[in-house]
Amino acid sequence: MHELSLTQSLVAIAEDHARRAGATVIRSITVEVGELSGAVPEALEFAFDVCSKGTLAEGAALILRRVPGHGRCGLCAAEAECGELTAVCPACGALAFELDAGRELRVMELEID
Amino acid sequence: MCINCGCAGTGAASALHVHEHAHDHDHAPRAVRVEEDLLAKNDRLAAGNRTRFTRAGLFVLNLVSSPGSGKTTLLERTLRDLGPQLRFAVLEGDQQTSFDADRIAATGVPVRQINTGAGCHLDAHMVAHGVEAFDLPATDILMIENVGNLVCPAGFDLGEDHKVALLSVTEGEDKPLKYPQMFEAASLMIINKLDLLPYLDFDVERCKDFARRVNPRIAILELSCRSGAGLAAWYDWLAAGLAQKRAARE
Ligand SMILES: Nc1nc2c(ncn2[C@@H]2O[C@H](COP(=O)(O)OP(=O)(O)OP(=O)(O)O)[C@@H](O)[C@H]2O)c(=O)[nH]1
Ligand SMILES: [Mg+2]
Ligand SMILES: [Zn+2]
Repeated sequence: MHELSLTQSLVAIAEDHARRAGATVIRSITVEVGELSGAVPEALEFAFDVCSKGTLAEGAALILRRVPGHGRCGLCAAEAECGELTAVCPACGALAFELDAGRELRVMELEID
Repeated sequence: MCINCGCAGTGAASALHVHEHAHDHDHAPRAVRVEEDLLAKNDRLAAGNRTRFTRAGLFVLNLVSSPGSGKTTLLERTLRDLGPQLRFAVLEGDQQTSFDADRIAATGVPVRQINTGAGCHLDAHMVAHGVEAFDLPATDILMIENVGNLVCPAGFDLGEDHKVALLSVTEGEDKPLKYPQMFEAASLMIINKLDLLPYLDFDVERCKDFARRVNPRIAILELSCRSGAGLAAWYDWLAAGLAQKRAARE
């Protein structure tokens, strides 16, 4: 489960930024999780409870913001949301669909005290 | 207002207090912008590896597949066939055992085993240390065999020039669509164990079509490590990649 190492990074990034801001505790962590990122939100949540133990992030609310997949066709210029990793344009069928959203795995912000 | 520190008040005093006391009231936590990718650290280390490999003139492949698709077998064949002309080094990633490293060592090529334990993939940090024992400038091609897993290694850049995804015909032709991340990240798909086709109903053309649906740019080779069919094209692909890497360095 690579969600475990992703979550370790998540906690490390959060602690690093919190420390630099002089925090004694992290209240919440907001993370963008793209629908096409390959990471399973439930697995991140599960791993977070384990990984945050004994850190500034222990007990913090983990707010996972889902980002839907989205792309644009390089041939017919159609734009569409897209729930799976694919290069097939849903409008014209060409292998020219370029995804421009949905791969995010990014810590966006913290709330600290 | 907090009786202990008066922090609900505004002004400088509230910013300076230290929260040693437990309190059960809400007071506005501060927001901190972060905007950092979860994979940022791995990506930084991978970029460092890539710079180091490029300086050494090294062509680097990251071999990925499900367990048992034939990564080690392909390496054994390749090292035995090309060993006399090219200088190889191999990193072997497995959760446990050094079986694969032992198989590679038997070919006479320098090899290091990396055991990831519970880890389901290699990362750039492991590779940075894994290559420490190799004489990189005296090496032409570094082969990194990732942990057998068609999911997790896809997102972890190691500093390679290409990911090479193996798929053996016993696994079914639908795998590129079921595990799109890996085939999208790969530059080359190798369909292996062609010698078994007569016993299966694996549809090679459908498999290629599925792979191109997730990655129109993917190169595709078909071969059998057992019979040797198709290996020549793989060796050509390797030679072309190495030549290109060297030309780019000049
Ligand atoms: N028939 C046939 N068998 C093959 C071929 N290539 C590999 N095998 C067999 O497939 C089995 C697994 O091969 P390995 O090379 O160990 O596979 P791997 O991908 O390295 O496996 P892991 O490292 O465990 O993920 C072995 O028994 C090989 O002999 C092939 O082209 N044809
Ligand atoms: Mg192996
Ligand atoms: Zn289109």
